[in-house]
Amino acid sequence: MVQERTLPQFQAPPAQISSEEGLVLYEDMILGRFFEDKCAEMYYRGKMFGFVHLYNGQEAVSSGVIKSLRSDDYVCSTYRDHVHALSAGVPAKNVMAELFGKETGCSKGRGGSMHLFSSEHNMLGGFAFIGEGIPVALGAAFQSRYRRDALGDASADQVTACFFGDGTTNNGQFFECLNMAALWKLPILFVVENNKWAIGMAHERATSQPEIYKKAAVFGMPGIEVDGMDVMAVRAVAQEAVARARAGEGPTLIEALTYRFRGHSLADPDELRSKAEKEAWLARDPIKRFEAYLVEHNLAEEGTLKEVRDRIQTRIDDALTFAEDSPEPSPEDLYKYIFAES
Amino acid sequence: MAETLLFNALREAIDEEMGRDDTVFVLGEDVGVYGGSYKVTKDLYEKYGELRVLDTPIAENSFTGMAVGAAMTGLRPIIEGMNMGFLLLAFNQIANNAGMLRYTSGGNYKIPMVIRGPGGVGRQLGAEHSQRLEAYFQAVPGLKIVACSTPYNAKGLLKAAIRDDNPVLFFEHVLLYNLKEDLPNHEYVVPLDKAEVVRSGKDVTILTYSRMRHHVTQAVKGLEKKGIDPEVIDLISLKPLDFDTIGASIKKTHRVIIVEECMKTGGIGAEIIASINDRYFDELDAPVVRLSSQDIPTPYNGKLETLTIVQPKQIEAAVENMVALKV
Ligand SMILES: Cc1ncc(C[n+]2csc(CCOP(=O)(O)OP(=O)(O)O)c2C)c(N)n1
Ligand SMILES: [Mg+2]
Repeated sequence: MVQERTLPQFQAPPAQISSEEGLVLYEDMILGRFFEDKCAEMYYRGKMFGFVHLYNGQEAVSSGVIKSLRSDDYVCSTYRDHVHALSAGVPAKNVMAELFGKETGCSKGRGGSMHLFSSEHNMLGGFAFIGEGIPVALGAAFQSRYRRDALGDASADQVTACFFGDGTTNNGQFFECLNMAALWKLPILFVVENNKWAIGMAHERATSQPEIYKKAAVFGMPGIEVDGMDVMAVRAVAQEAVARARAGEGPTLIEALTYRFRGHSLADPDELRSKAEKEAWLARDPIKRFEAYLVEHNLAEEGTLKEVRDRIQTRIDDALTFAEDSPEPSPEDLYKYIFAES
Repeated sequence: MAETLLFNALREAIDEEMGRDDTVFVLGEDVGVYGGSYKVTKDLYEKYGELRVLDTPIAENSFTGMAVGAAMTGLRPIIEGMNMGFLLLAFNQIANNAGMLRYTSGGNYKIPMVIRGPGGVGRQLGAEHSQRLEAYFQAVPGLKIVACSTPYNAKGLLKAAIRDDNPVLFFEHVLLYNLKEDLPNHEYVVPLDKAEVVRSGKDVTILTYSRMRHHVTQAVKGLEKKGIDPEVIDLISLKPLDFDTIGASIKKTHRVIIVEECMKTGGIGAEIIASINDRYFDELDAPVVRLSSQDIPTPYNGKLETLTIVQPKQIEAAVENMVALKV
């Protein structure tokens, strides 16, 4: 095993977050975790099909970034997209229904796990191919700048957050889009979730410079390394990047060091990652860590946290019932949505 | 009426649509300061500014994806492919995202964008700059594919493509930019989904598109002298095909010759033949004949290049042959 990278230290001053804000983050992380656990259960029970990529372990990244956005900002994800969609506000029942292939799914059952969309929540997707969401996110960011500077709409200050993995940073679209974002000072956050693996390809076996955040420098863009298991740290970095983007000062590359607690997808036997590595990262579980933080700083009591967990569990159970009870798309609508009717 | 070159007809279409709708913008390599490699966007940069006529880095897949994202969020991008062949590098974004995303998103997003530029076999440009990508893209669901052939239809079709709420691949031909025609002074739009009956006749239906329309027109002059009366249809829309017009013609002539510049294997003609068999087999008095480019990389040598694409004399001979076999 190669030398582990030391996680960057982040000392959050205690009064940096209110109790309400802390609970918003906590609830969002719990929602992500419980949702994914339910997916695993349903997949193994044969209720869900296809490639299903779970997000367990990485929750601090989604919650820390997306909860630093406004509701009119944009989110762009990959095939590991359930939790980004949830953080962006897509209701759990519509995400679950999508995974069940139902008409009530956020993509009307046409997309599936890797193609979650919601125009209502500015959720741009769900992209199943490596890297292909990055240009799309760039386009949304360009659109904000276009409205502001070409059309003179001063209120067009929306920011786009674009998520992708370490393996994806070896793809040309990553570099091409970093270049254009910096060139045109676009309001975008490139959020790399470096979970050390691209299926079975260890990050340092795939890249000549494993410290991804350093790749921003050649584009004249700030590149920031953050402990992706610490929601407070991610949030602090994200807030700064969002403020910069909103002020017209351009993009930021954020590299969040994180880990997935399950295999690459539910079809992956996960045999390559060592027990020692897994245990070391499990010990940094972002949810446990944030629970301790909230209690320690008197932002929440254990009883309140339990209430949150119970409430979310009920929401997940309701989502499951909703998904199971929902109708499948009608065969007559097989061709619907190929073309927009002008 | 004003005599207009085809590239200027396209330019007028873009200019008019940009004036009419400020969400319309152009992006691509050398479209701005340089005015486009075939001058289709000349002076628009000065008129509309650097964001609305955006010079991009040479990054076809990424700027195409960027246009998809802009279209999803309410803008109406027009991508200029400096040469349509370069869009091989953007195949992923065109197929997965421009083509399929509306469907996979269950109608959450629409993608009003145009991808236009020069395609086809030019004059000794070599294999890579002489490609006909329309055939490669025809299998992608969700794309509309259009080929213009005259200044009049170029202008009207491009305006319709820009107004369409779907991704439109708009093929121009590198050898047709300097065609001249008197264009109306009033505004007009040509529908994307209608084939154009170039010449009506009764003996045989010739289906063609893009530059081959002009080769067919030349062949028709010779055929007329021999007393043959062909019907010539410019397909315009390569996807979806206008089977109303095609079918009506077949019911009249009962004979079909397809003349195309794409390669034979997996070409546009191959698809048309299959569809004609599905729909009009009983109407046919003879097997459909297809004249296509040779299945080879377009050679540089001028003589070999001429042999690669269909020539008017071959068209004439094929039509004569078919009419002579009349039962
Ligand atoms: C263009 C393309 N090539 C290959 C794949 C198969 N694939 C899916 S996920 C993956 C690994 C991606 O790793 P990373 O970017 O680190 O993201 P992670 O899965 O770790 O979140 C690969 C190779 C794909 N989906 N798309
Ligand atoms: Mg990874």
